[in-house]
Amino acid sequence: MSKDILKVAGYEFSSRLIIGTGKYKDYAQNAAALEASGADMVTVAVRRVNISNPDEPMLVDFIDPKKVTYLPNTAGCFTGEDAVRTLRLAKEAGGWNLVKLEVLSDPKHLYPDMEETMRAADLLIKDGFDVMVYCSDDPVFARKLEELGCAAIMPLGAPIGSGLGIQNPVNIRLIVEQSKVPVIVDAGVGTASDAAIAMELGCDGVLMNTAIAEAKDPIQMAVAMKHAVIAGREAYLAGRMPRKKYADPSSPLAGLI
Amino acid sequence: MFLIINGDDYVDLPTPLSVAGLLTHLGLPEKKIAVERNLEIVPKSIFKDTMLTDGDRLEIIHFIGGG
Repeated sequence: MSKDILKVAGYEFSSRLIIGTGKYKDYAQNAAALEASGADMVTVAVRRVNISNPDEPMLVDFIDPKKVTYLPNTAGCFTGEDAVRTLRLAKEAGGWNLVKLEVLSDPKHLYPDMEETMRAADLLIKDGFDVMVYCSDDPVFARKLEELGCAAIMPLGAPIGSGLGIQNPVNIRLIVEQSKVPVIVDAGVGTASDAAIAMELGCDGVLMNTAIAEAKDPIQMAVAMKHAVIAGREAYLAGRMPRKKYADPSSPLAGLI
Repeated sequence: MFLIINGDDYVDLPTPLSVAGLLTHLGLPEKKIAVERNLEIVPKSIFKDTMLTDGDRLEIIHFIGGG
């Protein structure tokens, strides 16, 4: 089998698992989970430095941006202008062109504001960014985002941090079938089988944070997710057997004594 | 010098002061942060040459954990 790699906007990644860096006990645990997961891309947030404590631990001291791709997000931004401002700063801080756009709406469900997401994506693309976009699992919006020039479509599997798994496999599948850019399920994964399901549906990758960070043992869960993404991907490539309505014996009926 | 940094007022800062000088004064590592001055990004390459003026609004950011 030729090497199966994830390609986004010309960048290549050996792992199809992307992990977040939020909600961990500390950055050391985060770094250990990253190592265990085999991921080579992490999402990061952009925030003000704590001026009163310049010696506070910094993420870059634990996860080396030279070895692992930082994917800066726009979490907390509610307008396109905020997103552009944030990501320009991120680029200057050592990020690069590849970014994760998320424009959220209501804190109760953290569903993306698709109208503003579309506007922000347009602004960012015109500003030269390669935009991986967090979006609803609506195939119509997914197509519009791709037509705008987004580098990857990242529909939610379930609300952010909910761990409910892939709630709408029909839509995810539709998005996968119509998209020419990578489709990465972002948000909603709770456990390994959820990640495998996303990959079996034909997704190009899975992005998760809470499923690993809030597991009882984040390191072990990171290992589980690594295997789940590989298993799901290989099952998708292998092509599953057809579903049948009735049993079909595995041992031949001919030649019975 | 008087500056507004990350939304807070800072008075009695030394004068003259460059962006690089301010970062040294605050004990912040240049490599790990980015600076915005009055809504415009200050490239790292000109930190030393960018002189601050009274009332400048600065944002100093870095990467933290996020999803």
